[in-house]
Amino acid sequence: MTAFADVLIGGVFHAAVLFLVAAGLQLVFGVQKIVNLACGSFYALGAYFGISAVTWAIAKGVPPGAFLPVLLVSGLVLGLIGPAIEALLRTIYHRDEAFQLLLTFALVLMFQDVLRFFWGANPQQLGDLVMSYGKLSAGAVVVPTYNVLVILASIAIAAGIGSFLKHTRFGRILRATAENREMSQALGVNVRWMYASVFTLGTVLGTVGGALVVPTAAASLDMPVELVVEAFAVVVIGGLGSMRGALAGALVVGLMRALAIRYYAELEMLAIYLVVIAILIARPAGLFGKPVE
Amino acid sequence: MRIAALVVAIVVLAVLPKLATPYYVTLVLPAFAYGIALLGFNLLFGYTGLLSFGHALFVAIGAYGAAVASSKLGIRSFELILLLSGAAAVAAAIPVALLSVRYVRIFFGILTLAFGMLFHSFLFKFYDLTGGDTGIRVLRPSLFGNAFADMDKTAFVIGPFYYYCLALLVVLGLAMWRIVHSPFGLHLAAIRENPRKAEYLGVRVRFFRLVAFLISAFYCAVGGVILAVNVGQADPELAYWTHSGELVFMTVLGGFTSFLGPLVGAFAFIFLKSELMGATQYWRFWLGAILALIVVLFPHGLVGVGRLAWDKVRRK
Repeated sequence: MTAFADVLIGGVFHAAVLFLVAAGLQLVFGVQKIVNLACGSFYALGAYFGISAVTWAIAKGVPPGAFLPVLLVSGLVLGLIGPAIEALLRTIYHRDEAFQLLLTFALVLMFQDVLRFFWGANPQQLGDLVMSYGKLSAGAVVVPTYNVLVILASIAIAAGIGSFLKHTRFGRILRATAENREMSQALGVNVRWMYASVFTLGTVLGTVGGALVVPTAAASLDMPVELVVEAFAVVVIGGLGSMRGALAGALVVGLMRALAIRYYAELEMLAIYLVVIAILIARPAGLFGKPVE
Repeated sequence: MRIAALVVAIVVLAVLPKLATPYYVTLVLPAFAYGIALLGFNLLFGYTGLLSFGHALFVAIGAYGAAVASSKLGIRSFELILLLSGAAAVAAAIPVALLSVRYVRIFFGILTLAFGMLFHSFLFKFYDLTGGDTGIRVLRPSLFGNAFADMDKTAFVIGPFYYYCLALLVVLGLAMWRIVHSPFGLHLAAIRENPRKAEYLGVRVRFFRLVAFLISAFYCAVGGVILAVNVGQADPELAYWTHSGELVFMTVLGGFTSFLGPLVGAFAFIFLKSELMGATQYWRFWLGAILALIVVLFPHGLVGVGRLAWDKVRRK
């Protein structure tokens, strides 16, 4: 029973973080039709920057217990790079997908060295700040409170995005643009502005995801390229462009990884790719995606 | 004109070991390897219109094929190793291709990426079989039954092995030239331009895509064998998705819309990378910046730039 609960909570925690990154990927793909390989780089940037921000804040006298808000704010601030990168991507919206994918690959390469330049090649850690939030226990199951907070924060963000897309004016325009770009443009939607804001939102989701995970795991230079394949797995399982799919996919990948790590570590990533391939064969559109041509 | 330039290029490459320092000669070998691999890769990307983000899988199969054959099975004949590794890659490519060619565009890319990563995690995690992250050693092969036992490793690599690979590049290049200019190649181009229309005209679209995929897998495996013999080691990074990304990078750098583009890209990439690595520890940044520049401004790559310049000169 305890083992089961451990796997469940570990898996859901991983899923919570993965969901944020995958949601960013989905938003950008849904509206701009670009598969952003650099989403993992935003995540890693969020993680490194989060460490620096918390270290700086504590040195300035902010109580260590307040590190969670500091991390959230640092993730949001990093979103400022979104518009700049969108301006670069704007040059190739009309071009073949191959070029769009390659340009984001170029960003992956560049970010790799940006991270190395500012934070060096060694992995960075935030120490044991997580423990300042204590632990929750139910029977024999003990969980750091921080992990529960991150899961709750991710659920809140998911609900927030959901109702934002469904009920606000901006959300409706966004969905209309995703559905039919030309028609929305003809009806007076400022598509250029829409693209910039969607990409920024996608970036923020990635950086916040990275910032939230960093108290529990070290930030390293492998982070961006490793995460991107997991995020890919999530969106393929869930269906490209679908928010509900990102949620379902993140849960599948998170739980499977937790299960594999516990019972048969060799299968960790292998199992995830097998599920991805199985899904693509049986349901190419993913669990919640639209049918593909 | 083009043929004259090609002959000059081959002659330059043939006399290079006599003129350049061994360091530069050992750099040319990976360029040969990637050149061969990319000829195949571009049959799928440039000619058929399918962008694979997982072809490092077949390069890795070639490399591990050489490693297993030489270290574990005791096979030293390079010809036999090439055949075995190529056959292994084609055999592995059959199921991968059967599943992947049902899709096009981004789904094809993601599916091939998933297959590549599947193989990578197999290589990485199954330590007993694959040597894990250190991989497997590749022993020096014999060429046409001649072991060159009296040479040290560098002398072998920049001597007989160099010429063998150059010859291989020329032969496989000629074969690919025949392929893309045959009716089969024209079918592929028709599929790229308009798959629906091609199908309507009676072209078996999936079958042709499948065959192009298998040929590309074979070429990539041959490239992988050369890479592995040159390094003396096959390791899992060969199958990682960023390596697949580099294959695409090289192809676009040279220009995927021309036959020789991928070859130009392979040479340019290898030398660019080695120069940048010598000049700065932040070489990835500059590689990425160059890639971004090519993608945004020169989608036809170096060959396209060369053509534009040539046209200007001629018009004057």
